[in-house]
Amino acid sequence: MREIHCEQIKAAVKDCVLKANLELPGDIVIALQEAAEKEESPRARSLMKIMLDNAEMAIQQQMAVCQDTGLVAVTICMGQDVHIVGGDISEAVNAGIRDGYREGWFRQSVVSDPLERINSGDNTPAVIHYEVSAGDHFSITVFPKGAGSENMGQLTMLKPSQGLEGVREFVVKVVKEAGGNACPPLVVGVGIGGNMEMAAYMAKKALLRPVDRRHPKNELAALEIELLGLVNQLGLGPQGLGGESTALAVNIETYPTHIACLPVAVSLSCHATRRSSCEL
Amino acid sequence: MVTRRLTTPLTEDEVRSLKVGDEILIDGYIYAARDAAHKRMITSIEQGQQLPFDPQGQMIYYVGPCPAPPGKVIGSAGPTTSGRMDAYTPPLLERGLRGMIGKGDRSQAVVDAMKKHGAVYLAAVGGAGVYLAERIVSVDPVAYPELGPEALLRLEVRSFPCVVAIDCEGKNIYEQVRRKLDVSPNKEELYDEKP
Repeated sequence: MREIHCEQIKAAVKDCVLKANLELPGDIVIALQEAAEKEESPRARSLMKIMLDNAEMAIQQQMAVCQDTGLVAVTICMGQDVHIVGGDISEAVNAGIRDGYREGWFRQSVVSDPLERINSGDNTPAVIHYEVSAGDHFSITVFPKGAGSENMGQLTMLKPSQGLEGVREFVVKVVKEAGGNACPPLVVGVGIGGNMEMAAYMAKKALLRPVDRRHPKNELAALEIELLGLVNQLGLGPQGLGGESTALAVNIETYPTHIACLPVAVSLSCHATRRSSCEL
Repeated sequence: MVTRRLTTPLTEDEVRSLKVGDEILIDGYIYAARDAAHKRMITSIEQGQQLPFDPQGQMIYYVGPCPAPPGKVIGSAGPTTSGRMDAYTPPLLERGLRGMIGKGDRSQAVVDAMKKHGAVYLAAVGGAGVYLAERIVSVDPVAYPELGPEALLRLEVRSFPCVVAIDCEGKNIYEQVRRKLDVSPNKEELYDEKP
């Protein structure tokens, strides 16, 4: 039995939220540079140059890449042989967020109740997922996601007869309806299968995969490339102001489903897709 | 395509001369307000109370900035999605508001009110919070400090870069993009002018 103290978790979460909000991941920066080089529209090119300049300025000035520092989704993957000591694990995660958001001068973007809408004042609570499996590993991934893109996500329960064509149509429809709201160029996360909540979870999980890595299954990797081509044909471009760079990548994750179900969830993430992970 | 400079407050004639796709740099004062501040302003209008600022000739920037780190006047400050303010916008346009700055498309009701009263909708670069914060030179609280990041602020801007997304005639860049019309300006670099 391996012991991990809540103070370690709190410190790790704090470091992760600081890094995520201040440094755009390398795979996103490279994808934006490549998209800008390929882009024919001068406006689209210059918008992506501003996005890249902004990412550099954020590091130099230690300011949040985007003012929407988001509601933080935290995924903890832990082995069943890990014993958490020194407090409550979820409280430790929230304490790390509280500290990180204060230290980074990040915006407090959480309301404590969805209907009363009073700001919680410290950007907590996070949305925390626990994935427990054999072993004694412990990793933390933070995914602070802004509402501009989050609000444009959609989920549908297709009929199995609609099949792959139904999936294609739905993904393109969601990207098209999002227009400029989700801050393209996007990362498009697609969750296929499971039940209603698992499809949404898979779509989010897909967004955590670097944009330069295709799905290990050949058919799904090919579908990712095909869907990327389809969404880029929409011509929405950066900020929805026109161009070929509507998305940087389409990432798909799947899960077994019911004989009568074909759930599809699409979660969109903006050009400032921010994520950070660490292992304890 | 030339980059035009505009200084607030704006006259109806100035606003009516702007055309969809124009690139502009704004100087002067603009007001920062988003969801919660709009809700309060509209409640004031409904109850016949005075607004915290006179919208005549002014522009509202849909932004909820990060807190100012030491040595800065403001934290990251890019635009938020404008569509959430659609329901609140026509009464402000009726009271002389000349423009809004945000990101993403607007409702038909907003476009109709813009045409009627003479106002323009500008797109700023979403997600470029540090880049845009650098063009904000001073910040004054105006109202609703208890709303934290959603408080109503007056921002002084220098060379704040925007694109005319919807003009006074209702011509709409997002609609043009959806219809796959060519919207590229004949210019290599936008926003090349430094503040």
